[in-house]
Amino acid sequence: MNKKNKIKIVVNGKVLTVNFKFSLKNLIEKLKTPINKIAIELNEEIVDKKKLNKIFLKNKDKIEIVHFIGGG
Amino acid sequence: MKSDLLKIANKNFKSRLIVGTGKYNSMLECSKAIKVSGAEIVTVAVRRVNITDRSKPLLMDYIDPKKIMYLPNTAGCFTSNDALRTLRLAREIGGWKIVKLEVLGDKKNLFPDMIETLKSTEILTKEGFKVMVYCNDDPLMCKRLENSGASAVMPLAAPIGSGLGIQNVTNIKILRKQTKVPLIIDAGIGQASDAVQAMELGCDAVLVNTAIAKAKNPLQMAESMKYAVISGRKSFLSGRITPNLQGAPSTTKKGII
Repeated sequence: MNKKNKIKIVVNGKVLTVNFKFSLKNLIEKLKTPINKIAIELNEEIVDKKKLNKIFLKNKDKIEIVHFIGGG
Repeated sequence: MKSDLLKIANKNFKSRLIVGTGKYNSMLECSKAIKVSGAEIVTVAVRRVNITDRSKPLLMDYIDPKKIMYLPNTAGCFTSNDALRTLRLAREIGGWKIVKLEVLGDKKNLFPDMIETLKSTEILTKEGFKVMVYCNDDPLMCKRLENSGASAVMPLAAPIGSGLGIQNVTNIKILRKQTKVPLIIDAGIGQASDAVQAMELGCDAVLVNTAIAKAKNPLQMAESMKYAVISGRKSFLSGRITPNLQGAPSTTKKGII
């Protein structure tokens, strides 16, 4: 495996190694997260969920994926 | 009797009880309690998706946001920036415009930081959010929130989760007189009589979480809160008699033997 083709990203505080040219859509699919129940931030900017396939991740990108949980 | 609806940001609700979805033993228990309570609005929090364990059930699988209105909150936020970030993300999940803002300032008592809260209300309102604001029971700050475009003013009865009931009845009475947007008691309710009292003081609704979720029998307490809110509201609307220190017989003396 060629390391040059890999990048490191941080998803919800956890480091993941993914392929170069990995899109946000690829990530959501990999995580099997239902898209209609989440919101995504890329480097603290909210991402339009309709454009996920057009956003390719870079080394050291920070991604936050959130959903609703119980709360008062 | 003509219908008595709760109107928040141009949306009508039959129930005047809003319930939180935190602290339940299970999501099933939570969803059952909501059903029993008759609530049409539930507060929800925004948190990271667990990316390592995806077997965990999702709130949306138990509580259908098409049937019950989700009111995203900013629980755990201590700065305006954190609260704004949280609510912008909440809106992104599915178009939620009506939100609950809470910016805490005191880790021990969970009292709101009213300066940050006011600042956030102004920004969120400009961004098109309909903001229901958790706040102190200070009439001046509540008026400022209202003037900043808050869709509901939600003073605490007592610290969050304390179950102490309404501590400052006088302030709530003053707030009732001055507040034109929905006035909702948020936090500090401990038992049904606290909810009755809030409604009898003329509050438009009550928000309850811990008192139901942590009761020994949450489902029964949910039902109890449902009736407390209905009872208190009807009592308020009925116009109580003037309290009198002197007794007055309920039965006529006419025809006495």
